[in-house]
Amino acid sequence: MAQPIFQTLWKTGVVFLGALTAAAYLVLAERKFAGYFQERYGPNRVGPFGLLQPLADAVKLLLKEEVIFPQASRGLYLAAPVIIGVAALLPLAVIPFSEHFYIADLPVAVLYLLAVGSLSTYGVLLGGWSSNSKYALLGGLRSAAQMVSYEIAMALALVGVALMAQSLSLVKIVQAQQSLWFLIPQILGFVVFLIAAFAETNRLPFDLPEAESELVAGYHTEYSAFKFAMFFVGEYIHLFIVGCLVTVLYLGGWYGPWKPGPHWFFLKTFLVLFFMIWVRWTYPRFRFDQLMRFSWKVLIPVALLNLLLTSLWMAL
Amino acid sequence: MGEYVPLGIYTVVTVLLALLLMGVAIILRKRGPTRPDKYTNYECGELPEGTARIRFHAGYYLVALVFILFDVEALFLFPWAISLRALGWFAFIEMTLFVLILFLGWIYAYKKGALEWM
Repeated sequence: MAQPIFQTLWKTGVVFLGALTAAAYLVLAERKFAGYFQERYGPNRVGPFGLLQPLADAVKLLLKEEVIFPQASRGLYLAAPVIIGVAALLPLAVIPFSEHFYIADLPVAVLYLLAVGSLSTYGVLLGGWSSNSKYALLGGLRSAAQMVSYEIAMALALVGVALMAQSLSLVKIVQAQQSLWFLIPQILGFVVFLIAAFAETNRLPFDLPEAESELVAGYHTEYSAFKFAMFFVGEYIHLFIVGCLVTVLYLGGWYGPWKPGPHWFFLKTFLVLFFMIWVRWTYPRFRFDQLMRFSWKVLIPVALLNLLLTSLWMAL
Repeated sequence: MGEYVPLGIYTVVTVLLALLLMGVAIILRKRGPTRPDKYTNYECGELPEGTARIRFHAGYYLVALVFILFDVEALFLFPWAISLRALGWFAFIEMTLFVLILFLGWIYAYKKGALEWM
């Protein structure tokens, strides 16, 4: 059922504000949790408990001096952060936050997610290449190879979910989980999806594209001011989306032990995100050859096995 | 088609928002005298050595090639997945054969060392 245009517009506004706030406070949450994991305080100067820190950061990044390198390929160099920002926001269009709150309930939402999800690879690769810097180029290349490798594992895990729900619409997928979350029948697929999600969001233990100790900052080494902020915010919006997706696909979306509603959705999303932050501050980084080998030799066969078992179960 | 109109509106607004944010940053940013050495690439404080258009590992191409094969495979799986209940055992056996053939391809790539990163 289609919505009137004004309804789409206010929902779009709410989603944007929500996503940007979520991204800003994810940064703060990450720094705060990192602080506590490492027995320090984390940011606590701006506002109570550092709660205004994201605002201060945003203002600072907006007012920073603009540095565009003469040796950079200007057009692509400026386009890359915009591509990253757009690609990060697009998947939100199909995520059902509750039974009625979503922008579009596409019948092919899962395919849409995969398609838009791979757009950010362009941003990263273009950003890395057009800066005309060795670190950025290496970071961009690594990132492209990594995202592409883990995308297959992710897609194969998603086929399992599509099999269970017999639909590609995210709303229908959640509705199919009313009695049993897909986490249980799709446990293999869930593990594959979660691991691939870490790689897709370039987070530890798979943050090779921006391995500080070897590549300075990877593909955004040469970016400063608000162009850097676009990469940074894009990354955290991506993280937020992964949290939402795990909730929608495996943890039953808006359903809970009693009275379904968006609060269950956000509670689960927060738990998934906390888990991802927790992992980041617990594990060291993989080597690049280990990373590639893991995707091709472990995740993809496991995802295929999961597919076989699920289809056997469904055909029975 | 009903669901694609909101999606289209959302996409347009997204692009506008990204451009707007960049535009605001351009208006607000600090201007003034600057140091010329800010405009060199970062190479740990040294002057940049040689060109940044370096040769890179051929393994990246290999990964891209194998990726295309498996990505197309995954795409073929989706329409099958959502109609498995309707098609029954026939579809199951068909797709198992398809996946097995692709798995042979995977074994071939494995044996050839295409999945090995040097």
